[in-house]
Amino acid sequence: MPRFLTMIRIDEQDLPSDEFPPEFEQRMGALLEEITKAGVMLDTAGLLPTSAGTRLSWSGGKISYTDGPFTETKEVVGGYSLTQCKDKAEAIEWTRRFLEIHPVEWKVSAEVREIQEM
Amino acid sequence: MSAAQAVEAVFRIESARIIAGVARVVRDVGIAEEIAQDALVAALEQWPQAGVPDRPGAWLMTTAKHRAIDLVRRRETYARKLAEVGRSLEDVPPPDEPADPEDIDDDLLRLIFTSCHPVLATEARIALTLRLMGGLTTQEIARAFLTSEATVAQRIVRAKRALAKAGVPFEVPYGAEREARLSSVLEVIYLVFNEGYAATAGDDLVRPALCEDALRLARVLAALMPEEPEAHGLAALLEFQASRIAARTGPDGEPVLLADQNRARWNRMLIHRGARALGRAGNGPYSVQAAIAGCHAAAVRYEDTDWPRIAALYGRLVQLVPSPVVELNRAVAVSMAEGPEAALPLVDALAREPALRAYHLLPSVRGDLLERLGRTGEARAEFERAASLTHNAQERTLLLGRAARL
Repeated sequence: MPRFLTMIRIDEQDLPSDEFPPEFEQRMGALLEEITKAGVMLDTAGLLPTSAGTRLSWSGGKISYTDGPFTETKEVVGGYSLTQCKDKAEAIEWTRRFLEIHPVEWKVSAEVREIQEM
Repeated sequence: MSAAQAVEAVFRIESARIIAGVARVVRDVGIAEEIAQDALVAALEQWPQAGVPDRPGAWLMTTAKHRAIDLVRRRETYARKLAEVGRSLEDVPPPDEPADPEDIDDDLLRLIFTSCHPVLATEARIALTLRLMGGLTTQEIARAFLTSEATVAQRIVRAKRALAKAGVPFEVPYGAEREARLSSVLEVIYLVFNEGYAATAGDDLVRPALCEDALRLARVLAALMPEEPEAHGLAALLEFQASRIAARTGPDGEPVLLADQNRARWNRMLIHRGARALGRAGNGPYSVQAAIAGCHAAAVRYEDTDWPRIAALYGRLVQLVPSPVVELNRAVAVSMAEGPEAALPLVDALAREPALRAYHLLPSVRGDLLERLGRTGEARAEFERAASLTHNAQERTLLLGRAARL
């Protein structure tokens, strides 16, 4: 059964300013419980804003560091999930359900990637 | 992704829940499965044109339940059934309304307890559970157990018939029966995992797909029965065991012993999940086995293994589930904690156990102890005997190799 890393991408310049609507929190809680009870969810979490992040790069034999926020990137990873599904179609279906519970006016995207098993 | 693929993915996710929900109406898992399949066919016909509904799971469930109710109404025992179904009729939500998650959980538990019912032979329990709860096709089950599809299909048909004939109620048992019935559920999942982990026949040492199916079932059960320490114990045990799968076989599929495994290849996330589940486990046999597996997982190097603790845990396990195989494992732990001379009498005492007469691990362990005691001639004979007893080609090669090196 393949594992999938799903990266949830958001635009940090265009975030909903106010609190999460309570019914959204509820729907999210219920869905996460459902994915867990299906034996599919291995791990999931949201990330702190990129202002708390640092990028390291290795180029020309040198390491360089860039502290966040990463304003030049339109969409940054704001959360992830690690799931184990029968196939990609199942991973996509769970991801669809995850996106669908977000408020209509939000913009969120998800990238489903299969993990290469060694 | 094609529409058909999308429908199938939805169906796979929902299938156990639909079968369970329908079984509550029709009180027969065999018929429930047929009706669930009917609902899938309806979805395959309608969704590609009309689009996938907002709540595909609810759509399938409602469609299936309405069919179930029609069927119950058509049965001869109309009046009696209707009285039973009266309550269920009101249970069917309109397609755009989610069912109560607690009801779904109860239905799923009823389904797994029914498919693991002791009225069925072990093989039938395994096949039915993988089919109904795990959503495996008969082809997948047949491949996993190296048998023909016809055999598995036949097994499942007979199992459904046996349940109907015995009038097994679609319920989770309470009171005195509960403990025994839960053992049966845990055992089915454990057996499926083990068949994948230590393939009893064939050329592959491990069939990881089967381990994953069992692990998924264990995770589902622990999530459905959060108050049940042994459900967490089983989940913890399987998470720990699964964490080592990649390291247990070498490049040519040959077995790699625990002492020689590259621990960098152990899956850290599964170890972490195992530790978390172990925190919610109890003192039952699966929980104790999980604690033992946790000791191995916690050792960064083989030399760091806490053998005295493992030997003590095996001592507890022997009291909970006395068996020659557990005794043999305890002897191995004692040999590591106190030395081979302390363990040899324990192993020799097992030599007369009829249950172990054809068990290749007994001469294999004895050979190992004798080798460590410098009694190489005797050790070689034991390894050769073990090689003649194993049914696994990869294991035979390993044992003959150990004999040849002496």
